[in-house]
Amino acid sequence: MAKLNVNGKIRDVQVEPDTPLLWAIREQVGLTGTKYGCGVAQCGACSVHVNGELVRSCVVPVGGVKPTDKIVTIEGLSSTSSHPVQKAWAALDVPQCGYCQSGQIMAAAALLRKKPKPTDQEIDDAMSNVCRCGTYQRIRAAVHVAAGRKQA
Amino acid sequence: MNQNLSRRSFIVGTAVAGGGLALGVRLPFGTPAEAKTAGDGVEVHAWVVVKPDDTCVIRIARSEMGQGTRTGLAQLVAEELECDWKKVATESITPGENLARKRVWGEMSTGGSRGIRTSHDYVRRGGAAARLMLLQAAADEWKVPVGEVSVASGVITHAASGRKTTYGKVAAAAAKLTPPDPKSITLKDPKDWKIAGKPMKRLDTADKLNGSKVYALDVRLPGMLNAAIKACPVFGGKLVSYDETRIAGRPGVRGVVKVNDSTVAVVADTWWRAKSALEALPIVWDEGAGASQSSATIASHLEEGLTVSEAYAFRNEGDAIGAIQGASKKIEAVYSTPFLAHATMEPMNCTVKLSADRAECWVATQNSEASLAALSEQSGVPLEKCEVYRHDLGGGFGRRGGNQDYVRQAVNIAKQFPGVPVKMIWSREEDMAHDFYRPISQCKLAAGLDDKGSLVGLHMRISGQSINAFVNPAMVANGKDDRQLQGYTARPGDAQLGYTVPNLLIEYAMRNTHVPVGPWRGVNTNQNAVYMECFIEEAARAAGTDSLEFRRALMGQHPKHLAVLNAAAAKGRWGTPLPAGVHRGIAQFMGYGSYSAAVAEVSVSGEGKVKVHRMVLALDCGHAVNPDQIAAQVEGSVAYGLTAAFYGECKVENGRMTDLNFDRYQMLRLAEMPKVETVIVPTFDFWGGVGEPTISVVTPAVLNAIFAATGKPVRSLPLKNLKLV
Ligand code: FES
Ligand code: FES
Repeated sequence: MAKLNVNGKIRDVQVEPDTPLLWAIREQVGLTGTKYGCGVAQCGACSVHVNGELVRSCVVPVGGVKPTDKIVTIEGLSSTSSHPVQKAWAALDVPQCGYCQSGQIMAAAALLRKKPKPTDQEIDDAMSNVCRCGTYQRIRAAVHVAAGRKQA
Repeated sequence: MNQNLSRRSFIVGTAVAGGGLALGVRLPFGTPAEAKTAGDGVEVHAWVVVKPDDTCVIRIARSEMGQGTRTGLAQLVAEELECDWKKVATESITPGENLARKRVWGEMSTGGSRGIRTSHDYVRRGGAAARLMLLQAAADEWKVPVGEVSVASGVITHAASGRKTTYGKVAAAAAKLTPPDPKSITLKDPKDWKIAGKPMKRLDTADKLNGSKVYALDVRLPGMLNAAIKACPVFGGKLVSYDETRIAGRPGVRGVVKVNDSTVAVVADTWWRAKSALEALPIVWDEGAGASQSSATIASHLEEGLTVSEAYAFRNEGDAIGAIQGASKKIEAVYSTPFLAHATMEPMNCTVKLSADRAECWVATQNSEASLAALSEQSGVPLEKCEVYRHDLGGGFGRRGGNQDYVRQAVNIAKQFPGVPVKMIWSREEDMAHDFYRPISQCKLAAGLDDKGSLVGLHMRISGQSINAFVNPAMVANGKDDRQLQGYTARPGDAQLGYTVPNLLIEYAMRNTHVPVGPWRGVNTNQNAVYMECFIEEAARAAGTDSLEFRRALMGQHPKHLAVLNAAAAKGRWGTPLPAGVHRGIAQFMGYGSYSAAVAEVSVSGEGKVKVHRMVLALDCGHAVNPDQIAAQVEGSVAYGLTAAFYGECKVENGRMTDLNFDRYQMLRLAEMPKVETVIVPTFDFWGGVGEPTISVVTPAVLNAIFAATGKPVRSLPLKNLKLV
């Protein structure tokens, strides 16, 4: 039994402490926008924010998360898909299959909070999530749009 | 008809690529009697539902896996329907519905880049038929000849009287009319297209941005259990035993299931608990004969095929061997390409619920009718009592087509839990260990040049595994497997070789392995383009001729191939100066009915590190239904192709795959993505595919640029294994 603060709500979850946060979010909290891709911190499909920091939730045990830690998932990024990253993603039709995009959007939102006008090099360094459909070119462009550097 | 017989025929009919056994008479638009309830909408005919607020719901039969077919097909229907694009929605029909209505929606299988090119005609007729019915209904209401009414964006006008109405208002009356004979319909000239042919935004983006899209992996049903699965890691091995007592009492565990003779699953309340218990379950395997196989034994098996006297002569024109022997200059090379995994981002998964007289399945599939057939066959529930709820795929790339192995497994697990939905999810490790891999091959090539540097003879011998032999050995008796020679055919149409060589011998020596193989985005065009286009580059260099000019000289009889090559060369500024250290490579190939060419700009550092700076890809797919989505597919094909070129390799040791997760099976990431420029040169005289064709030219263009940079040809992949300088 653990308490998790997900998208501003306190949730009781019945899991063993070594359960990855990813699976607690998906299976107990019931928010499935956060995806499983590899389980070994390689692909970023499971990216969420914990206290504002980008985290690959597949390798974070629930036992290591405090009830006061603020977890934000893709569902909590904005209530109306109005986060600048979401708007830029829509404007450039970034997603193909879409499966990786929750993670990509969470990674981009975390980047922009730290670096509101990232350079290409900073985008290269920060955006290391895998997209098997290969939407990288549009992701880069959409980060610039979200940062207000470029028009969509 | 005998039920089992009909099920069997259906299965056979749907399993054959591009097949489609006629099951009864296909009625082009269905009948009002069988119309599907459509909420508050009215089914005008099978393809189009109109709601009171004028929303037009377009039914989609093909699978959406990111390639944009949902939007493209809707554009084609909407174009002929003349509805308001802003009020278009789509609905995925199910294979059970298709079967019940005598396959009114036709083929559902989505592979081979066929989604649009094999259904454009009947979906456009569907849109046009609905328009004609809606106009007729308005004319009937106004008691005027239908020739006096017109429509724009779903608003119907009778100019003479100034009356107006909308599709939503006349839909109910239209649905009662008999649809026109599809053959009587004249489709629009693409020159007049207003919706099709335009870079419309995708219709399916919104729920991919906020986590609300439900993939098959996200299905949640009341009382649902979860299963984790493990098959014998050695292909062909068997399950001997497992010790259930060792995981008894673990939280949430509901049981251990022998899934089939090589596979075991643990079922629990949550997937994480099932997976953790499975990892703790002692399992004994009989690894079988395959355990002695490795990448090295497979390589020598293939090597032997390069020189044996027996091989299938796929093309034999003139006297290639004699011409090469007598040529003033001779070159030779051996190339090889490895097994590759699909690695869809969404791992294989399937949810099944079985009850006494009903079987249901929730799945991501490229072939929903094959899923339905697998569900029925495996569960023993008659087809008409089965249903597949298909979810858009988190990646397909050929993995989720005909095999349906995951559906069969999930059914076997669910059999142990009657009435309870069970969701089976493969771990990434299982996904990498039990793919149907891109087949491995090697290619030995020889060419002869005359004293002017013209290519007088070309001999290629491919030795490698056959997809068809794995699927159905009877299809490829005597080793004659044309599919493995994709891209080298003489006849025009699907995958024609763009060169005319006076003396040409192309042979295939089938060398199968114990590793399961299957189609992988672009299938055999990928390997075959590397062999052809990299060796042509070697020939051009041996001749001392510019790469583009050398190719052009061979392409006089292939104007479409040539036009695309020229388009890539022009946009890629072939022949113009580049920054110091940057080099160009070029390639062209045909597959899936479309012509592709690429120019790559590449540098190789002093340490041998390759950077791809820019790639220009040109594509003639005949009709371009959505240029922006075509560009997206081209961009994606560059990432998929470069992943293969740089990193892709499934190694075999002790009969099993060794690289089971993304830490060892690396993929291209954003930082390595070049700038991609897409040039679409549609000629509007044929319909070609989009999802797959361009991937074939990505790798050879890059390898040829590396050749230009280092002076040495690259003959094996992936690049990460090579010392380039
Ligand atoms: S699922 Fe967590 S990084 Fe891949
Ligand atoms: S959009 Fe499909 S994996 Fe990224």
